[in-house]
Amino acid sequence: MRARLSSLFDALLPVLATLAALAVGAVMLLFLGVNPIEAYAAMWDGAFGSGNSFAETLVKATPLLLVALGICISFRGDVINIGGEGQMIIGAILATWIGLTLTDWPGWLVITFCLLAGFVGGAVWGGIPGLLKAYFNVNEILSTVMMNAIAVQLMNFLLRGPMIDPSQAQLASKIPQTARLIEAFQLPRLAPTRLHMGALLAVALAFLVYVLLWRTTWGYRIRAVGQNPHASRYAGIQVPRYMVLALLLSGAFAGLAGAVQVFGVNYRMITDGSASGFTGSAGFNGIVAALFGQLHPIWSIPASILFGALLVGANKMQRMTQVPSALVIVLNGLVVIFVVSSEIWRRRRQRRRMAAAGHDEAPPPNVDKKPQQAEAGA
Amino acid sequence: MTEANTLPSGRTRIDHLEMRGITKRFPGVLASDHVDFDVQAGEVHALLGENGAGKSTLMKILYGLYHPDEGQVLLNGQPVTISSPTDSINLGIGMIHQHFMLVPTLTVAENVALGLPSSRGALTDLDRVSKRILELAEIYSLKIDPSAYVWQLSVGQQQRVEIIKALYRGAALLILDEPTAVLTPQEVDELFVIMRQMTRDGHGLVFISHKLHEVVEISNRVTVLRDGRKIGTRPTSEITKQDLANWMVGREVTFAPDRGDVQCAEARLQLQDVSCGSDRGTPGLRGVSLELCSGEILGIAGVSGNGQRELAETVTGLRKTTGGKVILEGRDITGLHPAEITDRMLSYIPEERMRDGVIKDFSVAENLILREHEKKPYSRSGLLDLREISRHADELIAQFHVKTPSRDTLAKNLSGGNIQKVVLAREIFRTPRVILAAQPTRGLDIGATEYVREQLLEQRRKGVAVMLISEDLDEILALSDRIAVLYEGRIMDIVPREEATPERLGLLMAGVHPEEGVTA
Ligand SMILES: Nc1ncnc2c1ncn2[C@@H]1O[C@H](COP(=O)(O)OP(=O)(O)OP(=O)(O)O)[C@@H](O)[C@H]1O
Ligand SMILES: [Mg+2]
Repeated sequence: MRARLSSLFDALLPVLATLAALAVGAVMLLFLGVNPIEAYAAMWDGAFGSGNSFAETLVKATPLLLVALGICISFRGDVINIGGEGQMIIGAILATWIGLTLTDWPGWLVITFCLLAGFVGGAVWGGIPGLLKAYFNVNEILSTVMMNAIAVQLMNFLLRGPMIDPSQAQLASKIPQTARLIEAFQLPRLAPTRLHMGALLAVALAFLVYVLLWRTTWGYRIRAVGQNPHASRYAGIQVPRYMVLALLLSGAFAGLAGAVQVFGVNYRMITDGSASGFTGSAGFNGIVAALFGQLHPIWSIPASILFGALLVGANKMQRMTQVPSALVIVLNGLVVIFVVSSEIWRRRRQRRRMAAAGHDEAPPPNVDKKPQQAEAGA
Repeated sequence: MTEANTLPSGRTRIDHLEMRGITKRFPGVLASDHVDFDVQAGEVHALLGENGAGKSTLMKILYGLYHPDEGQVLLNGQPVTISSPTDSINLGIGMIHQHFMLVPTLTVAENVALGLPSSRGALTDLDRVSKRILELAEIYSLKIDPSAYVWQLSVGQQQRVEIIKALYRGAALLILDEPTAVLTPQEVDELFVIMRQMTRDGHGLVFISHKLHEVVEISNRVTVLRDGRKIGTRPTSEITKQDLANWMVGREVTFAPDRGDVQCAEARLQLQDVSCGSDRGTPGLRGVSLELCSGEILGIAGVSGNGQRELAETVTGLRKTTGGKVILEGRDITGLHPAEITDRMLSYIPEERMRDGVIKDFSVAENLILREHEKKPYSRSGLLDLREISRHADELIAQFHVKTPSRDTLAKNLSGGNIQKVVLAREIFRTPRVILAAQPTRGLDIGATEYVREQLLEQRRKGVAVMLISEDLDEILALSDRIAVLYEGRIMDIVPREEATPERLGLLMAGVHPEEGVTA
């Protein structure tokens, strides 16, 4: 009974953390002289109030889910991918470039091809830190963050020069954006809203990632390496190879998210100089969505929708209540901090419980004792 | 007994501690079934039972790590509630866990002080702690240097630190969960000296061990558990080792395994002048040459740290050689990746089974396919066949008598012996050509030990070449056809079983050639 309650608590923890973050946000709203109830009502209305607003929520949730799927893979393999932003950008650049080049080809073929290109672009951008980690022991958190910076610079360079919209190139304003994709290459809409095929694709992929992780030898090995690299190595699994694979796949899903964003929503790439100008920070928020979904691809679906709702709702709230736009960013940040720390806390608690529960789990207990054994033997 | 109620450490003694009707359920197992247990001041009460019988569970309840579903604990006749180790420590109960909880990079004094409030508030009081440690060391004749770093200490010395730590926290009753599993015979003797001293001084001790001769030697009373139930308690003086074994397992146990003669048909594994480094940078192996035949068990004896680990790791490809060749069935496998060596049907039962043998957070079924998951029938073109994997798991669980609530139970929830059975099942079922077994029975109860040994002999009968690395001389002598002794990374000698005596092996293990010893 106790165990049952405790696992229910664990499952609800991200929701509780979100509520706690919103409660802190409410205090801030009070200080700003805004009625928090009205503000949150506006938020709810913005996210779920009408068919159209719900569609917007789903549009926002789509790249989150795609990134989150990649995060499920990499975190299960015990590699931390903070490079979703850069991977989205590279995926988008590659896909856009092809989409703008192959204008004579049939639409469905180009779309398929471009999404694949996005997948591959992200895979390369994730694979590089993977290789660096696996074979040169470079910390992947640092390298993925650095790859983000490189991707942004590359995007700014390309959109200002080689890939700039030819019509903008003639103008004095020279807005850094690409030409618009022709209509045949845009992902089909699902309703008379901005909701597009990409959302369905993401959900389908969530099931595919589930199959990948629990029904294939690749997934088995990624999880094995993530849980215990020693035993994996002893069993003959090429540990470095599966670390690379985990990061590469993680990057690939982010890259796909970037491509889907271009082909489903914006129909062109445009930069304001920063990464989030293009990604809307989905590369980071996807991590939170994945943690929210307990690193499970299926649970990541509702988690991403919840997060999408928060983003869309916060915008509406800002418009309705005239709070400074910084507050929306703060609110978003609060939720991230609360969810991430609750997850860290949950893991610690679990480890402590496990430590208490399993003292003699390790029968030949000289794991931490090599130096002394050496002393004893010498 | 002048100050009848105080211990030399200054703590009041626990005259009588009683656990009554203790029941503890885990998902799918009744780990403790209305068990009564008691300890008196001045005695060693041994707790005996097969792997998974519920010994650790019972003691963790006493120490406050688990909460019983039913039952109560009485201290000197008064009911007490123990809901955490803090409570039990306050009541004077201490526990030495099977694996130590020391921080290797800290000193002895720092480890003892860890987690305790300082007598100087925010400032450390390590000098006072050191002084008290020396006092306790004096009283209990425990040699220990408070300023030594834990990583510098031998396993036996670390255990003494754990004992000091418990005494420092005021333990009057001490639970020792398999304290001897990791000790050399000399260290066991030293531990027993300390334990006798403690009981003379009025401490009560609970002693868990799978080694019957230790139980017979040190304990005053023995309680046997089987499947979570108490079978009985008896004074040690009234029973023999053989009685104990039968009583514990519930049937006759034979200590002498039946074995046929060996005929070396072919050399399965050859090492030619193999050298390699060790983790400390010093040479691990220095020119080892060996031949392992089909149908034989070659025992590798030696004091731990003389190259056993390096030997196992070079053969399995986990460690790079710096010279020489390893040849498996006529093929040079030096420098191949572990995966390629494994694929040539070399099975490995690693020494550190929790770290290297299983994945704790994988289910039993998942662990059973760790090696073969990419092969048919467990997977086809990269897709796992879950039905086949479950069937395989059920078959192995039945065939190897793995005690587990289900095939989906996580490996970390099995007892030590059952985890080893999972490893064994996985490594044997694939019909290997060579088996390398490192300390395969460490920490296992006599039933499980007998079972593992029987399995190794069975493999030998089937013509598999078995290399058995063990620190347990009895085991080496009982199973091996030939015995190689490792000393400082070299083979001192290879002795046929008929000529091997404990004395001769003991000298070789200490680096002395008996012949030389005579002539010199
Ligand atoms: N935390 C846990 N969760 C689930 N089952 C557990 C847990 N701890 C122990 N068990 C189960 O309870 C039973 C008793 O385990 P326990 O560790 O007490 O055995 P033991 O007698 O100490 O064995 P060993 O000699 O191998 O150390 C086993 O079947 C074990 O699988
Ligand atoms: Mg135990």
